[in-house]
Amino acid sequence: MSLRDGMHAKQHQISLEEMVNVATALDNAGIPLIEVTHGDGLGGASVNYGFPSHSDEEYLNAVIPKMKNAKISALLLPGIGTVDHLKMAHDCGVNTIRIATHCTEADVSQQHIGMARKIGMDTVGFLMMAHMVSAEKILEQARLMESYGANCIYCTDSAGYMLPDEVTNKIGLLRAELNRDTEIGFHGHHNLGMGIANSLAAIDAGASRIDGSAAGLGAGAGNTPLEVLVAVLHRMGVNDGIDLYKIMDVAEDLIVPMMDQPIRLDRDALTLGYAGVYSSFLLFAKRAEQKYGISARDLLIELGRRGTVGGQEDMIEDLALTMSRSA
Amino acid sequence: MSEKLKAAIIGPGNIGTDLLMKAMRSDWIEPVWMIGIEESERIKRARDVGMKVSITGIDGVLPHIIEDDIRIAFDATSAYVHAENSRKVNELGVIMIDLTPAAIGPFCVPPVNLKQHAEKLEMNVNMVTCGGQATIPMVAAVSRVQPVSYGEIVATVGSKSIGPGTRMNIDEFTRTTSAAIEKIGGATNGKAIIVVNPAEPPMMMRDTIHCLTESEPDQQAIIASVHLMVAEVQKYVPGYKLVNGPIFDGKKVSMFMEVEGLGDFLPKYAGNLDIMTAAALRTAELFAEEAASGAITLPARSNRN
Repeated sequence: MSLRDGMHAKQHQISLEEMVNVATALDNAGIPLIEVTHGDGLGGASVNYGFPSHSDEEYLNAVIPKMKNAKISALLLPGIGTVDHLKMAHDCGVNTIRIATHCTEADVSQQHIGMARKIGMDTVGFLMMAHMVSAEKILEQARLMESYGANCIYCTDSAGYMLPDEVTNKIGLLRAELNRDTEIGFHGHHNLGMGIANSLAAIDAGASRIDGSAAGLGAGAGNTPLEVLVAVLHRMGVNDGIDLYKIMDVAEDLIVPMMDQPIRLDRDALTLGYAGVYSSFLLFAKRAEQKYGISARDLLIELGRRGTVGGQEDMIEDLALTMSRSA
Repeated sequence: MSEKLKAAIIGPGNIGTDLLMKAMRSDWIEPVWMIGIEESERIKRARDVGMKVSITGIDGVLPHIIEDDIRIAFDATSAYVHAENSRKVNELGVIMIDLTPAAIGPFCVPPVNLKQHAEKLEMNVNMVTCGGQATIPMVAAVSRVQPVSYGEIVATVGSKSIGPGTRMNIDEFTRTTSAAIEKIGGATNGKAIIVVNPAEPPMMMRDTIHCLTESEPDQQAIIASVHLMVAEVQKYVPGYKLVNGPIFDGKKVSMFMEVEGLGDFLPKYAGNLDIMTAAALRTAELFAEEAASGAITLPARSNRN
């Protein structure tokens, strides 16, 4: 996730050279699937989410030819990106497309999942903010995505709010009820320090794809730190085919020097996890605090109270303006 | 005699039913037919309020168009069947107001370009999208002051306010809205984003508009232009509200809107539904006003005049 979710933490400013160097090193360490896209997915380049240093197409064309074993994945949020972006990614050689919707809105993904499957891509339905609804609701929405053609369903903890029992419950139900050949995945954020514990719970409950990011580079307090997950898995005797020292070195030598700010559980990132707020809101709330003098924590708590979902970054400045007027 | 133009509404879904409720209050439009393809609660509802109904689609109504003097058709079905519907009624001299994303006719955003369409007696106008109706007036308000190189809108709608048609074709929303930001909003490049929010109680429709101006923004002129435009939209959507902005940051001009509906068919949070139906009705009304004043002449009909 370093090169897609990590784009959030870098305000989408990763150079082509950094993209290629990190992807090459991850490939060399044995990471099977690497996601490369704007943080908000294909077509995310915007005032609202941030303009990246390079287009999705430029990043994909730079990275894909350099891969020896790793496959490349791209993210797409219907409502932001379209099937035109999907076809572009496919033409660039993207292997896996992950179609992301809010956890109750799977039916906006039909045309994208259908198209991806039709052109033979590894097609993932990615249910975001999965903490907001029950396991039964996640299953209902997962079944929709499965019916459109997804061969893998993700339970995505976009806010880093889940505790291991909830992961066990949700992943367990998906594993028990979806088709046997549908894979299950888990994407975590580390906002309550649960990235590793939740990933282990997901594996135990039947997930076969686990997202991680070297040095955690990702939105909020980052994603599940990949080098830590690998070390833990190796201590548990899991043969994941990943070279622990190499992935440690990617984190330490390549990712940490790229960071604009430490990826850590500061009070605002902790608030995301505690209040159940979309992780990429973090830097927007910090900037609004600087500009309008309303604390990022207060903004995030209010955004959580209002039930905001992924993609509503525009609410942050709007809310800060409204709060600064009434302050 | 009444100067009201008689109208048919095709598609008794959320949009068609809300439109019917608004049209029944209009001084310029008289809804006569509600056209569906099967018996349903909403067809029954239309019948109960005195509408003639068809449950055999547009074909069931064609023989009655001339005798009932239908002059306006609103199509609230889907992009897939719109072209056929439009062809059939246009042949009979009926003006088509398209609320689907088909967009075979020119885009119409009432405070920006409706007058031109009426003057030219366009026989098919397209109402863009709910997000387009809520935001393009703001892009146009900036671009009529100075050139806008890029216009971007984010429409956030309550989950309960968008039906299966929009959901299945969400790309149509982004494509159609982006195109209209350029063509009608006047931005060189346009981008549209839609976010669906399931919060309970449902959130009101929200829209954010960002414009990047080519040169330094003339702040006073833009503020004045935006307020004038908001007032124009409020004439047909009273709940259209500028919550924050315009905010200026270098060449970026941002406006944050909220759209509260009238609560006709869906509750007030569904401002996205209202702004679409109110804009479509406003469009039909202007055609009627122009016809009544003699500014335009409706297609001739052999059994009249």
